[in-house]
Amino acid sequence: MNGAAKNQATIEFSDACFRAVDGPVILDHLELAISPGETLVLLGRSGSGKTTALRLINRLFEPTAGAVRVEGRSTLDWDPVALRRGIGYVIQDAGLFPHYTVDRNIGLVPWLEKWPEERKRARVAELLQLTGLDPAKFARRYPHELSGGQRQRVGVARALAADPPILLMDEPFGALDPLTRGELQKEFADLQKRLHKTIVFVTHDTREALFLGTRIAFIEAGRLVGVYTPEEFLHATEPVAAAYLAACRMGDSLLK
Amino acid sequence: MDFLHFMFRNRDQIFSATLEHLWLVGAAMFLAVLIGIPLGIVAARRPWLGKPIIGAANVAETIPSLALFGFLLPVPWLGDRADRLAITALALYALLPIIRNTATGITGVDAKVRDAARGMGMTDNQILIHVELPLAFSYLLAGVRVATVLTIAIATIAAAIGAGGLGEFIFRGLAMVNDQLILAGAVPAAALALAADFILGVLEKRFRFAQ
Repeated sequence: MNGAAKNQATIEFSDACFRAVDGPVILDHLELAISPGETLVLLGRSGSGKTTALRLINRLFEPTAGAVRVEGRSTLDWDPVALRRGIGYVIQDAGLFPHYTVDRNIGLVPWLEKWPEERKRARVAELLQLTGLDPAKFARRYPHELSGGQRQRVGVARALAADPPILLMDEPFGALDPLTRGELQKEFADLQKRLHKTIVFVTHDTREALFLGTRIAFIEAGRLVGVYTPEEFLHATEPVAAAYLAACRMGDSLLK
Repeated sequence: MDFLHFMFRNRDQIFSATLEHLWLVGAAMFLAVLIGIPLGIVAARRPWLGKPIIGAANVAETIPSLALFGFLLPVPWLGDRADRLAITALALYALLPIIRNTATGITGVDAKVRDAARGMGMTDNQILIHVELPLAFSYLLAGVRVATVLTIAIATIAAAIGAGGLGEFIFRGLAMVNDQLILAGAVPAAALALAADFILGVLEKRFRFAQ
């Protein structure tokens, strides 16, 4: 349907706009193609529209103009449930179900997909190992019995459960203390190398973006300022991006 | 001591009045739960419908109970039997706390939990059954508890229209200016209310999840 080059993108925003009902324009003509296997970071300040962009991908929002395509198909042509089952979703504070134990939380999508019990149990154990949680110790706990970092690990495990090719992460490490955040970022970077997922990662933290992203899409006031490799972003000349970097460097200079 | 003696002498009558009372309350609560929970779910899902629903239940709550029994008297099928009439009126009173608490419980579910559920591809019905209702359950039970205690008290007035129950003793006692008779109705009614409050309170705590 589209050109060959466009078909290669796993996720594609084509002239996508989003406007709240009778409200302001939140995303303004976004053009962005995300290739398979890359980690694209949507970077920008609070309210810039980056979370909205993420939520357009799994159709938690629908574009008010333009289109968002996942694997070549407009999200509006997908059955929303089928679309979301194929996309892992991790949010800040994890959003774990407080009435489910850790293993039921992780096994949620396999359960929805009616996997046989044995396969589900094996997968849950595998994911607990993968995210650095001892199954014997954590499987039967409830979310309120976990630390923030542990909850977030469970959140990541839950998103990976049915092995979706795409992972959406909305400030997943935002609510953690700096030490725990650093740990999880490192582990996640390792995980990413092994899993080869297409990841869209929302953050307002420049260092996190530089550390985890293969590319950084900088968004300001609903508009895409530019897409950079981490190296390029360090030398970005667009005033808003440069200002963002300067703020980050100022923080660093205090540590010297 | 006199009072206990009196209670003991009339134990058969008090016992059967208590059973009658329980039947009125039980049937009314069954109806109220059956109607109130779906209405509460609708109110939570569609705020524009929620306002008139809760508003109507609020109005029912403000009608004095004796008057409500009177209003329902001319209604064809209902007015035929006193217990039918009483059960309907009691169910109307019980609705408000049940609808309100169901709606509050559901809308009070952490937005992040709901967002995660949708984002992982749960359907609206799956979210309702597996996430919202279980998490709202202790609220829902609190509504049932308040409604039950309320209904046990108001059911004493049903005796005024001949529906029986513990109110019989109270009305007779009032007519005869006999404190012991009044207490013979009031004490068991209060005991029922306390017991219901305690049992449902225990259940409520058991289903409370740390959110």
